[in-house]
Amino acid sequence: MTVSAILNSLTCYPFLTMTTTLVREHPDTAAEFVANDSRAHWHDQALWFVRAKRDRIAATLPEWEELRERAAAIKLHTMSRLAELLEQFERNAIRLGANVHWARTPAEHNDIVLGILRQHKATRVVKSKSMLTEECHLNPFLERHGITVTDTDLGEWIVQLRDEPPSHIVMPAIHIKKEEIGELFHHHLGTEPGATDPPYLVTAARRRLREEFVGAQVGITGVNFAIAETGGFVVCTNEGNADLGVSLPKVHIACMGIEKLIPRLADLSIFLRLLGRSATGQPITTYSSHFHGPLPGGELHIVLVDNGRSEILGSPEFRRSLNCIRCGACMNTCPVYRRSGGHSYQTTVPGPIGSILAPSRDAKIYSSLPFACSLCGSCSDVCPVKIDLHTQLLTWRKEIAVRRLLPWSKRLGVYFAGKVLGSPWLFTTAGRIGRWLLPKLPRSLVYNRFNPWGRQRELPPMPPRSFREQYASRTRGSDKGSR
Amino acid sequence: MTSRAEILDAVRRHLPQSSPLPDLTGPWITYPDPAAQFAAVLEMIGGRCVRVANEAELPAQLAQLPEFQSSQRTLSLVPGVASHVDLEAVADPHDLEDIDFAILRGEFAVAENAAVWVTDAGVRHRVVYFLCQHLALVVPADRIVNNLAEGYRRIGFGGPGFGAFIAGPSKTADIEQSLVIGAHGPKSLTVFLVEG
Repeated sequence: MTVSAILNSLTCYPFLTMTTTLVREHPDTAAEFVANDSRAHWHDQALWFVRAKRDRIAATLPEWEELRERAAAIKLHTMSRLAELLEQFERNAIRLGANVHWARTPAEHNDIVLGILRQHKATRVVKSKSMLTEECHLNPFLERHGITVTDTDLGEWIVQLRDEPPSHIVMPAIHIKKEEIGELFHHHLGTEPGATDPPYLVTAARRRLREEFVGAQVGITGVNFAIAETGGFVVCTNEGNADLGVSLPKVHIACMGIEKLIPRLADLSIFLRLLGRSATGQPITTYSSHFHGPLPGGELHIVLVDNGRSEILGSPEFRRSLNCIRCGACMNTCPVYRRSGGHSYQTTVPGPIGSILAPSRDAKIYSSLPFACSLCGSCSDVCPVKIDLHTQLLTWRKEIAVRRLLPWSKRLGVYFAGKVLGSPWLFTTAGRIGRWLLPKLPRSLVYNRFNPWGRQRELPPMPPRSFREQYASRTRGSDKGSR
Repeated sequence: MTSRAEILDAVRRHLPQSSPLPDLTGPWITYPDPAAQFAAVLEMIGGRCVRVANEAELPAQLAQLPEFQSSQRTLSLVPGVASHVDLEAVADPHDLEDIDFAILRGEFAVAENAAVWVTDAGVRHRVVYFLCQHLALVVPADRIVNNLAEGYRRIGFGGPGFGAFIAGPSKTADIEQSLVIGAHGPKSLTVFLVEG
């Protein structure tokens, strides 16, 4: 207790913290979220509800663990053959009549998409949910070039109207209350003021977005799985927005990270069984659409994006993060995510998986994310592709320390902790002093800004004797008894 | 060097040690009565399953559905069920916007998740599956598989084409996790399992 009190007082010492990062640190952004206590609890409960649904449906399949094993093994194999599988996919996609583009960076990706749109003189585009295009910041880029992009997933459209990023990869508007959506729709769609009834609001959105579907010249989608064996790909939605978006216009642009590949069509029999159940506790998403080639008389473009993925592939510690199928289960279960909200991560993909992917991209900027974790391991337990998430988060902490990216406060804390915990004499003495001194100190000396741990918590009463002292006296006592 | 070459080169440089590709046979779940399981799951996800003795019963069964009764324009690709629209004669899929009710065929159904496999074979505009206000899929009752593993044994893509699993009506829970049926696609889904 004394040791942790020392550590805590050091951690929060403001003058020792180096703030050279471009984005803010997670504890600061999280503090803003939890400042609204009832809302933080509401958010926590909303996600826990989804997590509980996932548990219930996973339990209905006796082979659940077997499915996870197979999925992980398929992804591991895929990563070990990624280059040839990408080539196979490209070959087959071209044979089916698709155009395949390759982009190393978000800038290249955006230029490719813009080029296709210009070729078709398109000014109105509908887009179904795609975390890749979020990662590339495609929307603002296209808007700057005079193209109107409408996100057609309802949650994604809501955050687009609010001019903010999604806070969750599967449920982008999970942080927003229906009262706020009612107000937003009143402003943008002219719905009744004060209306909060979800079916009423959804109907209003349906009406407006149908106009967008009908008026769009090009449809953009993400990709859930790309099949090397056939050259096709699968897009999963519940709303049917991806299908409407690319079945009315003649031109379909599908944007995907290079890790979305699977070797065989039948591998989907593993992944589709896991995805919907893990994501929202559904037996399968409503629509699992398999696209092979363009619409008759239409055009299909597939953009393959690297953006650091090939780099992650080279890292033995972190390459398994490329297995991710973006179900969001790790977020729904994460005690930190649930209580700090997706925006506190300031990344496209938040939560446990995001806290691994973001530092891979820039360890300096995102150095606080691997610490937004209690190492409870729940994320690894629910991950359908068995990513060792909490182990990777721990490894990132080490990596951040090795690269000297830790703030001074943490470095000092760890330094002193190492000294105290490394010396039995120092540890025992510090404990003795603490047990004697702490109860005598005035409250203001114990609970102040140097003890962030004590902000929401009370220290337990100091025990009169340490565990070691108690153990020693017990052993003596029982020795006596046996004689 | 092109981006393609650079990406493939970077991937090749970083390839991990090879690891075997698992086979896909397994202890996958089966059901004593797959049709009953299919119907139960479909109900749970907001759809409706109707079992009929033969296709001749379809018009009478449809006439009992409230969504069908209120429909102005219907489209059917099932012989014996009247259609207001000849899909083959429609050049522009945008002209299908006012279809209220579509009756189409599903190739097979999956008991574990109530998904029905549909394709664009013989369907000039695939958008009809998604654009109609209400959808009915007609599936032979002897084409229900237990699980997706069995399902994928029936699927192949030799050439260009479109196929989808459709499980229930279009839905969203994006407003405070309240489930709302009828997001962008069909507001109802009825699956007719035909015995004969």
